[in-house]
Amino acid sequence: MELMVAIFVGVLTGTGIYLTLRARTFDLVLGLTLLSYAVNLLIFVMGRLTVGRPPILDGSHASTLANYADPLPQALVLTAIVISFAMTALLLVIALVTRAETGSDHVDGEEPQAREERR
Amino acid sequence: MNWQHWIIVPVVLPLIAGAACLLVERRAAGVARALSIGTTFVLLAVALYLASIAASGTVHPYLLGNWRAPFGIALALDRLSALMLVLTAVVAIASVLYARGGGARGAHDAQGLHYHALFQFQLMGLNGAFLTADLFNLFVFFEVLLIASYGLLLHGGGAARLKAAIHYVGFNLAGSALFLVAVALLYGITGTLNMADLSQRVATLGPDQASLVRAAALLLIVVFGVKAALLPLYFWLPDTYRAAPAPVAALFAIMTKVGVYCVARVTTLIFGGDAGVATDVAYPWLPWLAIGTLALAALGTLAAVRLRTLVAYLVIASAGTLLLAIGLGSAATLSAALFYLVNSTLVAAALFLLVDSIASGRGESDDAMTPAPLAYRAAYGTLFFLFALEAAGLPPMGGFIGKALLLQASADQPLMVATWSALLVSGLGMMIAVARAGSTVFWKAADANRMQVAAARPAYTERLAIGWLTFAMLLVVLNAGPMTRYAEATAAQLLDRRAYVGAVLGAQPVPPAWTPREGMKKP
Amino acid sequence: MVALIALLPFAGALLLALLPNERRRLSAWLAGVFPLTGLALALMGAPSIFAGEVLRWSVDWVPALGLSFGFRMDGLAWLFALLILGIGALVVLYAAYYLHHEDPPARFFQFLLLFMGAMLGVVLADNLVLLVVFWEATSLSSFLLIGYWKDRKDAREGARMALAITGAGGLALLGGVLLIGHIVGSVQLDAVLAAGATIRAHPLYVPALVLVLLGAFTKSAQFPFHFWLPHAMAAPTPVSAYLHSATMVKAGVFLLARMYPALGGSDAWFWMVAPVGLATLLLGAYFAIFKHDLKGLLAYSTISHLGLITLLFGLDSPLAVVAGVFHILNHATFKASLFMAAGIIDHETGSRDMRKLAGLWKYMPWTAVLAIIASAAMAGVPLLNGFLSKEMFFAEALESNARPVMGWLLPVAATLAGVFSVAYSTRFIHDVFFNGEPVGLPKTPHEPPRFMRVPVEVLALACLLVGIAPGLTVGPILAAGARAALGAPLPAYSLAVWHGLNTPLVMSFIALAGGVALYFGLHRFIDLHRVVQVPRGGREAFMFLLARTVKSARDLTLGLQNGSLQRYLLLLVAMALTAGLLPFLLGAAFSATPGPSTAPSTAFILLWLLGIAAAFATLVEFRRRLLALTVLGAVGLVVALVFVYLSAPDLALTQLLVEMATVILMMLALNWLPQESLPERSVARRALHAIVACAAGLGAMAAVWLVLTQPFDSISPYFLQTAVPLGGGANAVNVIIVDYRAFDTLGEITVLGIAALIIAALLHGRRPPEMQRVPGPAPTERNAHPLMLKLVTRLLLPLAVLVALHLFLRGHNLPGGGFIAGLVLAIAMVLLSIAQGEQWVSERLRSDFRHWIAAGLLIAALTGVASWILGHPFLTSTYDYPVLPLVGAVPLASASLFDLGVFLTVVGGTMVMLTAIGRLRPAAGKGEA
Repeated sequence: MELMVAIFVGVLTGTGIYLTLRARTFDLVLGLTLLSYAVNLLIFVMGRLTVGRPPILDGSHASTLANYADPLPQALVLTAIVISFAMTALLLVIALVTRAETGSDHVDGEEPQAREERR
Repeated sequence: MNWQHWIIVPVVLPLIAGAACLLVERRAAGVARALSIGTTFVLLAVALYLASIAASGTVHPYLLGNWRAPFGIALALDRLSALMLVLTAVVAIASVLYARGGGARGAHDAQGLHYHALFQFQLMGLNGAFLTADLFNLFVFFEVLLIASYGLLLHGGGAARLKAAIHYVGFNLAGSALFLVAVALLYGITGTLNMADLSQRVATLGPDQASLVRAAALLLIVVFGVKAALLPLYFWLPDTYRAAPAPVAALFAIMTKVGVYCVARVTTLIFGGDAGVATDVAYPWLPWLAIGTLALAALGTLAAVRLRTLVAYLVIASAGTLLLAIGLGSAATLSAALFYLVNSTLVAAALFLLVDSIASGRGESDDAMTPAPLAYRAAYGTLFFLFALEAAGLPPMGGFIGKALLLQASADQPLMVATWSALLVSGLGMMIAVARAGSTVFWKAADANRMQVAAARPAYTERLAIGWLTFAMLLVVLNAGPMTRYAEATAAQLLDRRAYVGAVLGAQPVPPAWTPREGMKKP
Repeated sequence: MVALIALLPFAGALLLALLPNERRRLSAWLAGVFPLTGLALALMGAPSIFAGEVLRWSVDWVPALGLSFGFRMDGLAWLFALLILGIGALVVLYAAYYLHHEDPPARFFQFLLLFMGAMLGVVLADNLVLLVVFWEATSLSSFLLIGYWKDRKDAREGARMALAITGAGGLALLGGVLLIGHIVGSVQLDAVLAAGATIRAHPLYVPALVLVLLGAFTKSAQFPFHFWLPHAMAAPTPVSAYLHSATMVKAGVFLLARMYPALGGSDAWFWMVAPVGLATLLLGAYFAIFKHDLKGLLAYSTISHLGLITLLFGLDSPLAVVAGVFHILNHATFKASLFMAAGIIDHETGSRDMRKLAGLWKYMPWTAVLAIIASAAMAGVPLLNGFLSKEMFFAEALESNARPVMGWLLPVAATLAGVFSVAYSTRFIHDVFFNGEPVGLPKTPHEPPRFMRVPVEVLALACLLVGIAPGLTVGPILAAGARAALGAPLPAYSLAVWHGLNTPLVMSFIALAGGVALYFGLHRFIDLHRVVQVPRGGREAFMFLLARTVKSARDLTLGLQNGSLQRYLLLLVAMALTAGLLPFLLGAAFSATPGPSTAPSTAFILLWLLGIAAAFATLVEFRRRLLALTVLGAVGLVVALVFVYLSAPDLALTQLLVEMATVILMMLALNWLPQESLPERSVARRALHAIVACAAGLGAMAAVWLVLTQPFDSISPYFLQTAVPLGGGANAVNVIIVDYRAFDTLGEITVLGIAALIIAALLHGRRPPEMQRVPGPAPTERNAHPLMLKLVTRLLLPLAVLVALHLFLRGHNLPGGGFIAGLVLAIAMVLLSIAQGEQWVSERLRSDFRHWIAAGLLIAALTGVASWILGHPFLTSTYDYPVLPLVGAVPLASASLFDLGVFLTVVGGTMVMLTAIGRLRPAAGKGEA
């Protein structure tokens, strides 16, 4: 199962990075979103894998990592999710305002040919 | 109130002030501005107070939520953090004063919404990053200062800023993702986030984890390299800094230093000389990259056709110099770096403000390196000349002392030849670049200048801001002796990681004030 | 007193900076007073100097650098100080008359005093680092002086060139000085001068020597760095008279004299210094003959004389050093007067071209006499000071047969140089004052104003006096200077005019006769005026090099920084990959021992497959954006479910809600972005990106797997054990985010709030008309607000409020909490606004959500501050369990108050974002009116 999770993270990372490297702002956002999924998963699994033992302490078991999932990475991921949400939203808005002002949704704020001409 | 609470003030005060600005801004912009300016001055006072405490040489931890380290989040005040706090406050004052002054399109801080709120949040992020002793918390404060900087960069709008913003934001988002990966891996390996605890646990890792932890460490340094403008990660910087409003660009002078600070912190505390399998993980990669940065930045100054670009490259060059000194990692080079850090930051900020003031006096031609009518040429020319030399680290200005210290300190280093030639040759390059720029902008086409240029006198706050920074620089140069001593002491403290670890992990929470009613603990 | 001498000029410069440019006379007087005072002070020091004392004054500056702010005046420094101040004063007087009424005098004298101060600093500095500081200061202030006529291209160019060359030398010198400091362990002059033997024995001796010499040679225009000097002639003549006689260029030879005891006295020294001096001596003299411009001729003769002095120091014998010091004095006097004479001629005739000038004798006889005396001194005619030092030089040239080749080469070369210098001196006299009538001069020549001539008279007189009665006049000064330069007792020498008939005398006469013959020969047989003999190379090479450097710098910079985000991100990924791989490549050990792996259930396997499929689907379909968005949502859903499966309900909830918010946001954004992304042409680039992406994916995979197979010892058990007893909550995760790590949460909501603020600011006042909308139906418009949705959503809001409240209250013990509650409420409201149109909502809850953000942040922060009252650190939580009806025992921790802050910020932030974008919707476009 460790391997499966690792592969999943790898796939998300790879696809995310490929999209992040694309030339259009929306694709960039898509890529960064995928990337953030990958990262969130990665952080999460750093606490190792635990099935069906959420860290809600009902007192029935001894409070050890054997009986409960590691809560710390979960807390970190919560923070990470929120931050990446804020950042994604911001980047999106910048993207659409830029397009409104420059008429291009290229990540460099202008169509490549326009740049060539300027050069 | 117990003095220790002052340690958190540099973070909480701007947060509250920012929120307050937000509340009053719509009804009374003037109040918000006054509040912001006032807060910044208070921050300087607090920072100086903390510095006076830190100067004693002990590391002062602060346990947030009264939880013992490494379980809760701890702050730690030592000489380095104190120094950075003071530096931030000094630059912030100049920036906030200048923002009040007018660009061509009215006061900088009135060209959009929420300037002062964002400004205060930015300060919160910076101070937090300098104080925290928790790696993930460092990430959080990075995000705070970054997102605030996005807002400030975009302040006033315009296509140029939007374009720059997409690059800046996009690039840094990727950087943040990498930051998280690095932190997570370190947690996965060591099971902790507190830097003091990390320092301990990393040192005791077995050979099996060697490669893994070294990889994580290098990733972390790459992340900081993004902020610190390390080759090849600085390409976003010139356009961004050029596009930013002047007071913001001035504040950004600190931003690169955040990266530098973090590199200095982790390479001494966690991955330093006696870090077991992770010992000296950044050596010799960091020095070489830094030398490359320095060289390319010097070429950049020669290539620049706009004053703001020139200044941006001077900033990169100083970052390169700092990273080189830190990368060499001896006590002497570290203290040289710390001394150089102060002046290079001040002068970078001063230059951004000065160039903006000049540009706004030149109408159409803005900051282009072309002859154009300009009022107060003599004054502007002199200041530009002095600042630029300072930035290039040339005599007779203070930046020179830092460079000389570094040269001296690296005299018995294995990389001595490379270091010396990099520093001296890049210095020459920057000197020529500055001379070219200056003689074109301030000398050429005097006939155009003969005709009376009806330029408005720069607002008094603008002059105040630039004067304030100049004053600070002079202060540093005149007190170079005490400053170097402080730098030496700071370097020594950085290299003595055990003191830091002992102080942070040894800190005891204050006993609880009351205990919850018995039997009611569980619903 | 020493400090006073050194610092007075700076004070003067400061004073002049405050002076308006109109005040000509006043600024001149001021500028005059300071050097004269300095001179007086220096002369007062004479007795102690003659007694061989060393005057000192010093304060610590940067001990770490061995850099004290201190001055030290011995014979050599004193001699130079006299030159700098004395000639400086004369130059001021001269300039007062020379300057054109358009030239701002205050500025001029200010720069001049700055330069004077820097120069004094160089000669008086008591440690080498300070010397370098002043050294660079001379480069910079001379830059200002040479570029004084700033609207002239040649002035700017000459200034830049001088700065580049001498500045570069300065940096080299800095290196050399620090090396010496490294060797000796101190940069204090006393220590260094005493440590000659140690230095010469050290392996770093040669590098240090080279660096120091680079400094000296560039400064005193030694071949091959000589070319900047003629171009510096673009400066006003008083500047030339100062820079090229007594100061700037003399700094170089001063350095040779100063460092002689420390660095001199070795073969390395001889072979590096002497040949350079010799070459410079000959080349300078040769080219001087063919210059038509008066200042040009003087410039090259300066180069040649500096070569002579350098050569003397290079000869490395005590007597040669004495001769060198002596010639420094003499050259300063006659060259200064000659430049001034040239300036007068230029001033009164309007030309410096010897092809136009001629027969000035009858127009300005008095000036002529002075000029003739000076140039005779330059030629080394007996009874003038130049003669004496020349004699000594010849004598030394003969002495130095100790080394191979030099034995015969030197005397010959010396005589030849003598011939040349006589030739150009003769030309100066004959071409300007005799040789027929002037042709086509702008003005009719006449004598200059009385006081403009005084400085020249003084100097010419000096030449005579020294030449006739050296022993009485210059003797003691020279002795003092030479003793200090040698750092050893003086050798026996006599300053008599007549040493009897000896070889040096013969050489002198050969030189005189030969020189005169040479000039008139050239004059008669090949008309000198037609010869255009411009030394090519130096300047051209410099300009070429500079241009090339700048060009390649441009190309490189633009090439690297092509302004393409894709390139930058690619570099970042590449760096990360390298960083991740290096340790493994460098072969540090690592192991992967699969621990007790939990077997995946079928559900998980299906989930896994779905997730991977969805991820790839996004990759394939990313250009059809709506579709891509949907698939992306699927990926997010899978991630959420994975969280559920791996026991993280809080994460799952949050992930789901954030997922919704994100997707809604992107939908709205797609109104203003193209529905399709244009294909990228370059296949190669896409391939490269694909490869890098794969590598990164594999990297991430490897990292995760490696970590998961390592033993794990975490701080987490502490949270599990203390969450209930100390944190007062059963939901460990929630307790962590509102208590253990509440500080993170505080930062996190700040980020959210800021993001909302920026978005609001960005979209502030934007209306659909401004936003060029993408053609085609907007995704969120397709059958806008269907009835069903309307009904549902009307019910939704109150429901959402209840759910939110519930989640909020139970958060501390079960999955939930302020953040989740906030999102629930916000999203409900957003759905509502989509269904009903943004107006409908904003009419009902008219409130500026930005204030919610502010309030939330304030509450959170102040909750934290409150704990100070109990003397606890920031954000310390206390709690209790009051029992509420319906909900039961409620954990009322102060953490809950903090959580309220979180809740408000989240609602506020999300609402600000979504409404700001939603407001743009054309459906709500009634605002256009």
